[in-house]
Amino acid sequence: MSRPLIVVDRLSKSFRVAERKSGALNALAGLVRRRYREVHALEEVSFTLAEGELLGLIGPNGAGKSTTIKILCGILEPTSGRCIVNGLVPWRDRVRHVARIGAVFGQRTQLWWDLPVIESFDLLRDIYRVPSDRYRATRDELIARLELSSVLDTPVRQLSLGQRMRCEIAASLLHEPQVLFLDEPTIGLDAVAKLAVRDFVKRLNNTRGVTVILTTHDMHDIEALTERVIVIGKGSVLADGTLAGLRRGALAERRLRVHFSGEPAAIEIPGTTVRERDGRSIELAFDPRAISAHRLIAQVAAAFDVEDVHIEEPPIEEVIARFYAQHAVEA
Amino acid sequence: MTSTTLRPYSAVFRARFQLLLQYRAAAFAGFATQCWWGTIRVMVFTAFLSGPVASPMTLRETMDYIWLGQALLMMLPWSADPELSRMVRSGDVAYERLRPLETYSYWYARAIARRTATPLLRAIPMVLMASVLLPSLGLAKWGLSAPAGFGAAAMFALSLVFVVALAGAFSTMLDLLVVASLSERGVNIIVAPLSIVFSGSLIPLPLLPDWLQPLMRNQPFAGLLDTPLRIYSGHLAGWAALFAIARQAFWAAALIGLGRAIEGRVMRRLQTQGG
Repeated sequence: MSRPLIVVDRLSKSFRVAERKSGALNALAGLVRRRYREVHALEEVSFTLAEGELLGLIGPNGAGKSTTIKILCGILEPTSGRCIVNGLVPWRDRVRHVARIGAVFGQRTQLWWDLPVIESFDLLRDIYRVPSDRYRATRDELIARLELSSVLDTPVRQLSLGQRMRCEIAASLLHEPQVLFLDEPTIGLDAVAKLAVRDFVKRLNNTRGVTVILTTHDMHDIEALTERVIVIGKGSVLADGTLAGLRRGALAERRLRVHFSGEPAAIEIPGTTVRERDGRSIELAFDPRAISAHRLIAQVAAAFDVEDVHIEEPPIEEVIARFYAQHAVEA
Repeated sequence: MTSTTLRPYSAVFRARFQLLLQYRAAAFAGFATQCWWGTIRVMVFTAFLSGPVASPMTLRETMDYIWLGQALLMMLPWSADPELSRMVRSGDVAYERLRPLETYSYWYARAIARRTATPLLRAIPMVLMASVLLPSLGLAKWGLSAPAGFGAAAMFALSLVFVVALAGAFSTMLDLLVVASLSERGVNIIVAPLSIVFSGSLIPLPLLPDWLQPLMRNQPFAGLLDTPLRIYSGHLAGWAALFAIARQAFWAAALIGLGRAIEGRVMRRLQTQGG
């Protein structure tokens, strides 16, 4: 494990939100005296990240993922806590810090809406003070890797979402940042575009050693990309580990799908529950710690006329949903 | 400052300047409106000045003031940057902070691009109209005449440089106020009449009552329009003109200083929510 690149230590952030009850009278009262409510977006979030890691940050809407990213990017100042990225305190040393990071926010654009893509890139070159030869090499490589050559002269507002997202990713990397923040980079993308983005990010992390922090609601992004996952809920870190570990903790069950040659009679095997029954096919849930898959299949095969069996894990969405439910943090 | 320090800011200026030059339809519509508005004011002030009154400005000076004022109208900071206003409403403004730029200078560079590109598109046809077309129709009396002399022309040019500096400082201040109040509406409602009245765009400042003159001369909006227009026609000349230019410079520097001072506080308050 190399030196920690990012240290987040008991980071808290609360907002003051003005609120009033509905109705005209209350609106008038609000003119005289505002009532504020403290919203705790983050409460003592801590983690460290080593150089070259690829971290997935997940959690329900409003959990604090974006707040965490914004603080790490230097856009937002936390209420309390310590945070160091690459030796700098992001919000205090903002200008130097942001020159060394890249960020893509799936729901926003950092390109200039009315400018052709290539002009946006050139402007970023000047803004980040990238030397010309260095810039040309990086730009050409990104254009090739992300297959952008056909859209370079198109104004950003005329791009499709998939094209735009690839341009956004290229734009965030022109100055060769050491850390890349991706906040929902695959939101709204079609299957092909998602695969392209994942593939690119994976490669960037593997070959260039760029440290990546990714937030997403698409668990396939997480499965495809990240070794390590941090789950945030209600502003706190609920879990920090591998996806497999999360699965073990939240929903360890496995599922056995059996196709019979004929319509089977009632099935009752201790340690299993019937999840689904549909004509000649049935799905059993079992706990691998209570009964091994091997023994279960043997039992089923001995009792019935089995055509095919199939073991699977619950889909990752279900695991995460279960995890949220266990921690009572549903959105 | 070295050239690499300025490189990002000049790039932002160039990109924005070039982009704003593309808005030809808006410029044409603006030109038409301003011709109409200019004509009405020419008629009003001609009627006003042709009686037996002792006026602080001659008809000639007033006509120059009106047409040149129409030509340079878009230099007035009468609304906050619409693009920035949109970003404030959508929350995208936080992402302006992702650039390794000092926010004040970044926005100032954008502001002066807006205060030069937009007026440029309108000033050229307006000046041609008032100084070539009107005289060729035999209406020279109501047109724009040549500057009062070589010295006046040179000082007018110098004064315009400070108009840009001052208008940029005003505009950036508006941008900061929009960010601070999270909406452009209030800011625009307040600043539009202020800048139109106090710059002399509505009534030439010398024509306002005498007791108002000391105030009018010294307030910052005068440097946006009144100062160069009077220098052009020779109404302000010599040391008085130089002093007025120094006053423009003073107000530009003061507003830039004030803007920089409040920037940190405004940015700290900027907390976009959601997501």
